[in-house]
Amino acid sequence: MKQYIRKYFYGDYGEGRNGAADISTGQAKQEWPLWEVFIRSRQGLDHKHVGSLHAADAQMAIENARDVYTRRMEGVSIWVVESKHIHASNPDEAESFYDPANDKVYRHPTFYDLPDAVKHM
Amino acid sequence: MNTIDLEKQFQDKIDREIRIEPRDWMPEKYRQTLIRQISQHAHSEIVGMLPEGNWITRAPSLRRKAILLAKVQDEGGHGLYLYSAAETLGITRDQMYEQLHSGKAKYSSIFNYPTLTWADMGAIGWLVDGAAIMNQVPLCRASYGPYARAMVRICKEESFHQRQGFELLLSLSKGNEAQRKMCQDAINRWWWPSIMMFGPTDDASPNSEQSMRWKIKRFSNDELRQKFVDMIAEQVKILGMTLPDPDLKWNEARGHYDFGAINWEEFWQVISGNGPCNKQRLDTRRKAWEDGAWVREAAAAHAAKKAARAQQHAA
Ligand SMILES: [Fe+2]
Ligand SMILES: [Fe+2]
Repeated sequence: MKQYIRKYFYGDYGEGRNGAADISTGQAKQEWPLWEVFIRSRQGLDHKHVGSLHAADAQMAIENARDVYTRRMEGVSIWVVESKHIHASNPDEAESFYDPANDKVYRHPTFYDLPDAVKHM
Repeated sequence: MNTIDLEKQFQDKIDREIRIEPRDWMPEKYRQTLIRQISQHAHSEIVGMLPEGNWITRAPSLRRKAILLAKVQDEGGHGLYLYSAAETLGITRDQMYEQLHSGKAKYSSIFNYPTLTWADMGAIGWLVDGAAIMNQVPLCRASYGPYARAMVRICKEESFHQRQGFELLLSLSKGNEAQRKMCQDAINRWWWPSIMMFGPTDDASPNSEQSMRWKIKRFSNDELRQKFVDMIAEQVKILGMTLPDPDLKWNEARGHYDFGAINWEEFWQVISGNGPCNKQRLDTRRKAWEDGAWVREAAAAHAAKKAARAQQHAA
């Protein structure tokens, strides 16, 4: 019982694995799959990741998400995605992966020194 | 990179208040400490639904019934947020349930006390949720991202729990003689178990220091307990009630309330399974799990059938 299975969720699940449905203990096989929940809190805003839950299918995942994550009018729209379908960048490679953006200060407006006389820019 | 370097880097991140996320490297001990703490916390939310759920059908008005129902539903949600956070560390939901049902996992000892009268609903909200909030607010800044995010959501929802409890007691305190007695009796019974909720004294909690270094914990048990006592000792005056502690007294020099000795023997007895309701609580949880088995299976079978049919259509 003291074995901790490495399993990646929250968009932290890597390729080549099958997500929640593919855990190699007999007991976990009966678990309903895991879903990631994204909620739009207001018209005009993006859907935002709020957490996850287990459900047998997408319909149930949406209904459970409503009951769990929008009890106080926190949302006007819900997306659910089965966790196993999310592919994520690898945090171990973060340094090299994001390196190309690291030395390009000229992409920011503050890089440009203009006379105070220039207005509205 | 070897483990020592990794551990140094990890601690450095923690010191700089950078949150740890599920796929980041972390010491095995950190992972296990978190799994234990978060799952125990989740179990407490779920088992914590039972003493109050007991009174939903007996609430004295529709208003009180709706409030209690909403509160108990919140606790179910809190359990779910926390189970999800624990799952990001590599334990499955079913494994956690199994640990709870087999008695291997612990949950807060407070929920092993019985709810004898309606006033207990007030005392639980005010004292038990009040103590929980005191414990939980610092956890919103815990070093592990998914845990901290779950706690932010929980703390937002908790504040009405404490307020409704106090309001309930306040109306009893303005009631007739029997109602006032009921109010005082509930406070008498819930006070000591509530201040035990902060856990053993600092010198008797050996894991605290590591948890502080890892910023899973920000304040010591005794610090939080003192803060709670100071707060409640003032609030109880508004109710016109008293706390059942003859040694409770303002200490000018310390700037805090002094309070009497806690019966730790009772605490350890309840933790190790000998509280008044331990068996009943676990039996209820197990029964709910077993009685729900056919629902889980049927829903899974239905989903599989629908998926197969959809595939056939697509082909
Ligand atoms: Fe809660
Ligand atoms: Fe609560």
